[in-house]
Amino acid sequence: MTSPAASLATTELGLRARLDLPRRITLLAAGVIVAIVLLLLVFITWNGVQLFVASGVPVAEIFSPTWQPDAGSGPTSFGLLPFIAGTLGVMAVAAVIATPLSVGLALFMAEVAPTWARRITQPAMEVFVGIPSVVYGWLGLTLLVPYLRTNLQGLGFTLGFSWFAGSLVLALMILPTITSISYDAFLVVPRDMRAASMALGTTRWQAIRHVVLPAAATGIATAVVMGMMRAAGEALAVQMVIGNRPVMPTGLTAPMTTLTSQITLDMGNTVAGEPWNQALWTMGLVLLVISFTFVVIVRRLAGRRIAA
Amino acid sequence: MTSSAKRLGALALAATAFVAACGGGTAATSPSAAGSSAAAGASTGAAASGVAGPSACVDGSITTSGSTALQPLVDAAGKAYTAACPKSTISVQGGGSGTGLTQVLQGAVQIGESDVTAESKLKPDEASQLVDHVIVRQGWVMVVNNDVTGVTSLTTQQATGIWTGTITNWKAVGGPDQAIVLILRPASSGTRATFKSVVLKGANEASGQALTEDSNGAVTTAVGTTPGSTSVIGFAYYQANKDKVTAVGLDGVQGSVATMLDGTYKLQAFGHMYSKGQPDGLTKSFLDYMMSDPIQKTLIPSLFYAPAQ
Repeated sequence: MTSPAASLATTELGLRARLDLPRRITLLAAGVIVAIVLLLLVFITWNGVQLFVASGVPVAEIFSPTWQPDAGSGPTSFGLLPFIAGTLGVMAVAAVIATPLSVGLALFMAEVAPTWARRITQPAMEVFVGIPSVVYGWLGLTLLVPYLRTNLQGLGFTLGFSWFAGSLVLALMILPTITSISYDAFLVVPRDMRAASMALGTTRWQAIRHVVLPAAATGIATAVVMGMMRAAGEALAVQMVIGNRPVMPTGLTAPMTTLTSQITLDMGNTVAGEPWNQALWTMGLVLLVISFTFVVIVRRLAGRRIAA
Repeated sequence: MTSSAKRLGALALAATAFVAACGGGTAATSPSAAGSSAAAGASTGAAASGVAGPSACVDGSITTSGSTALQPLVDAAGKAYTAACPKSTISVQGGGSGTGLTQVLQGAVQIGESDVTAESKLKPDEASQLVDHVIVRQGWVMVVNNDVTGVTSLTTQQATGIWTGTITNWKAVGGPDQAIVLILRPASSGTRATFKSVVLKGANEASGQALTEDSNGAVTTAVGTTPGSTSVIGFAYYQANKDKVTAVGLDGVQGSVATMLDGTYKLQAFGHMYSKGQPDGLTKSFLDYMMSDPIQKTLIPSLFYAPAQ
């Protein structure tokens, strides 16, 4: 076993080349990543447009609310609107549930908590991240869905499988994302600003509300958008509790569907090249567009933060 | 600022990896997990009945994929073959009928299992490259939640009414005054396709009023826990969950291997194994073994399938 330095010395490389080596390696790593991302984009886009190109389905059809991929007793219709609406809906409600909790927790950790409390909450957050999504789904299916059905039937949860169940499970899953990013946003608010505020005679709550929160606002917004991105991509846990009803979402208590859950439901049973399979790729492309939109939003927010 | 940016990047990466892992997991493990749990129950049955190996061994290594409904059978047959022929390897994967047909056509696997014919899924020029081997008859059974009492059999007409959404209360078919909760498999599944053609005669299911669950296992759990619910599952899955759900006959005939064989039970279909072109080597030997007495007469009935002939 020779040391790296020794093995370098024995090679034929000149001093300049040796100095250059780390730069080349990192450049290679960056190049590979960019190439992979580009290939993925090209591949998904190519497959995603086959529904229109190869099968001749009009583009307008995907904005129809009717999903009828097998002909049966009527014509086929590849309307993706129920899935798009479902994905956006389940994601939005999850963010509404998770944001106050996460931002509150982040504030507690950054501004209020004594060191010992932070020592508990931080690992607790990490454990949260480590739980596999299938476990969240399983818990949702065995605890949440029956609970909603038996105890909250009066509110309209006749089946338990519902938009709300999906959002609640997702809210738990995106909690750590929003918390840790907004925690960082609070940490970078300069100590001087708090000190100046306190010096003017404000209480700690007033300092948090009027100084820290506004200063960290774009950071919090970034955190929420990152959380929503995570929510949009989640498939398994959501699929297990929303009931997968391929119609436009009708209410928080009713079953609904999402892009990701429909892709996982159908992909094993469709064959490459049939319009049905192509429609699943189109769903993937739509998901990519949604996630791209969020990337753009995050970058805009980050730009604003630097400018401020 | 830098620490924040770094953390953000790390999080994004972690999130991506997590999502990717979940996505992949769904594809590969969820159907095979459903299959393997049934296969586990199946292999004990096979061992107990002592399935004999093939008459002659062919060395080599093949992979099969496809229908999760057929997976318990192919898995048990593969194990019996390799137990007798230690020099051959037969790897049995799930994935769904569509996956099996796609992969055998691409040459990724040597055998693709399907609940439906290749002609119904593939383009004519693709389907013509595959050779069909009908190895078994498989049956499905309508099941209801245990709280739906008094419904022991449905006529084709009643079942069609329920599945197309015109009958929405169990009262209409002799059951309690309770709303019917219809649970479907995805439209692409072999189970749903068979039910649609055999019972519904092609009529569209009321998917807009139903729940959809993605595997036999998930459907069984959902029917077992949702009051007033009904769905269709494979025989083997029903046998393993007899206490959790209640079986309902079709047109007065209860589903069983015997009623499948005499033809009175209609909710059955052939299980297919496809090879690309005429099979040779271990692929041919294994397909021949599937048609031999140890499989057709011993293994198949023990797993609640019926012989092909």
